[in-house]
Amino acid sequence: MTAQPSAAPSATPATAPDDDAPAARVRSAPLILSAPAALLFAALVLTPLFLTALLSFNEFDHMTGRTGGFTLEHYRSVLTDSYYLEIFLRTFRVSALATAICVVIGVPEAYILSRMGNPWRSVFLLVVLAPLLVSVVVRAFGWSMLLGPEGPINAALVALGVGRVRMLYGEGTVIVALVHVMLPFMVIPVWTSLQKLDPAVEQAALSFGASRATAIVRVVAPQILPGILSGSLIVFGLSASAFAIPGLLGGRRLKMVATVVYDQYLSDLNWPMGAAVAVLLLTANLIIMLTYHRVVEGHYRRRLG
Amino acid sequence: MSFLELKNITKRYGPMTAVGDISLSVEKGEFVSLLGPSGCGKTTTLQMIAGFVEPSAGTIRLDGRDITRAKANSRGLGIVFQSYALFPHMTVFDNVSFGLEMQRVPKGERKPRVEEALALVHLSPYAGRYPRELSGGQRQRVALARALVIRPPVLLLDEPLSNLDAKLREAMQFELRDIQRKVGTTTVMVTHDQSEAFSISDRVVVMEAGRITQIDQPYRIYEHPQTEFISRFVGKTNLLPGTVTAATAGGASVSLAGIRVDVETAGLSAGETVTLCIRPEKLRLTAPTQGLLTGRVADRYFLGSQWLYHIDGPLGTLMAVTPNDGSTPVETGAPVGLDWSPAVVRIHRGTLAEAPDPALEVAG
Repeated sequence: MTAQPSAAPSATPATAPDDDAPAARVRSAPLILSAPAALLFAALVLTPLFLTALLSFNEFDHMTGRTGGFTLEHYRSVLTDSYYLEIFLRTFRVSALATAICVVIGVPEAYILSRMGNPWRSVFLLVVLAPLLVSVVVRAFGWSMLLGPEGPINAALVALGVGRVRMLYGEGTVIVALVHVMLPFMVIPVWTSLQKLDPAVEQAALSFGASRATAIVRVVAPQILPGILSGSLIVFGLSASAFAIPGLLGGRRLKMVATVVYDQYLSDLNWPMGAAVAVLLLTANLIIMLTYHRVVEGHYRRRLG
Repeated sequence: MSFLELKNITKRYGPMTAVGDISLSVEKGEFVSLLGPSGCGKTTTLQMIAGFVEPSAGTIRLDGRDITRAKANSRGLGIVFQSYALFPHMTVFDNVSFGLEMQRVPKGERKPRVEEALALVHLSPYAGRYPRELSGGQRQRVALARALVIRPPVLLLDEPLSNLDAKLREAMQFELRDIQRKVGTTTVMVTHDQSEAFSISDRVVVMEAGRITQIDQPYRIYEHPQTEFISRFVGKTNLLPGTVTAATAGGASVSLAGIRVDVETAGLSAGETVTLCIRPEKLRLTAPTQGLLTGRVADRYFLGSQWLYHIDGPLGTLMAVTPNDGSTPVETGAPVGLDWSPAVVRIHRGTLAEAPDPALEVAG
């Protein structure tokens, strides 16, 4: 997910070449040790991905189903059809908004959390992380009950004389629910980088006459930027490929890419088309995230190391 | 009226008293060190002066103004933190310039002042670097330049040299003092390192368990420690329990396990229990039968400029330090006499809390 190029396993420290056997053992040790995890990764992640990619080039006929031949037709139709383009745009718009809101809420939340005294800090950290223990589906249904036409919010609005407001099945609902689900993934990395911060640095800023707000903006925020960056990447990536939230709260009308893939596979039974959409989502996601990573991280690499 | 004045300052954390009722006056331009073991309240005291910790009671006055409740960012003090606390995402120049910017110094004036501060700490060529590209000593200088550039009324140094290696620490001690003299800023330094405190301070404040036990010039603290704690904490010392046998014209006569020695302390009365305190370098090695005591060299350690002897004798193991004047040192196991003049003996009234093994007294 990140752009960090992993060091090649062969890049172990070079030992004396004449000293053959131990050197060989040293060189192969990292390979052997990482082999189980690498095999598991290959079997469970790369194989399905590869098969999906292959599938996306298969020919498809609505009468006879999937045939073996090679075609770029699915990609062409996705990339040229405004229906699909709109869904892609909506997906990235919704994800970007959810990410931005997560930054706006999650970063101060993590900061306040890091400033709390001990009994409360543990309690609130638990509160922040507790939603992760509840299934996304359950939480999505929770939102649909809360925001539904007969839900407590509408009941309150009716009681206040405002009248019923349609809240479900819109982008707003999906964004709100995504923010709710994704917030811990923003809070945790930011919290981690705040833990690494020397509290004296903020004190130093104050001692030179900076207001608390200035100290946070000029001194604290730039230092936790790597945490905000990784949080944003996680939230954006998970949001762009989210299925349950848009599926349950977006309804039939508001489609996102993941729900389209689902429809292609299970309603249209057009597996190659679904695979092509999935591959395109993965590619677009990667490009957006790598670009973002490069822009933000590159800007701060020399300073923060 | 003194420049910086702490009056009856107390800090309590729940039932625990970190700093108990301390008063301290610092004159303008003075360099004062707070010296004590960790947990003695010296850092808390500094933080109260800085404004990061609010005193539970007492007042702090700066130049006649009560700053006890003033916010840290309104006090305008220059602080050098133990961790240096440089802004890692800013260049050296920007780090130093930050304080000026916060004080709304016009941009045109900032640059020469930053350059002047960097020149003072010999870092002019490093203005464009980031803190992580500097060595520990260089970071330390940036922290100092950053604190001095705002021309603070008081400079606060929190263990400024503790993160440097021994050689650099010594060099920085002198440089720090040199810079402080040049700038003339009133300075309060916290340290647990007595040689650091002694070599660069005008006055040293010894703290123990949240209280001030002695405020004096470094030389006087070393030579005239007012409590047994100070004589143990500051430098090495031989502590010998004894009983006063008689008050004499010039002082008193004390019996140390049957050996009679004279001291010059007045006001002692016969029968009183006292502790004699003799610095190792005040003991003279003599021929075996000529001194006040005779002992045997149990161990000797070469310290470069000095020899440290552990000498077993009738009073237990004593430490003696002699300068390395190039002559042959006394062999281990050889009998040796120990002599001292009554003038170098300091007396603490009362018994020792526990009889310490002088060989383990390695304070400082």
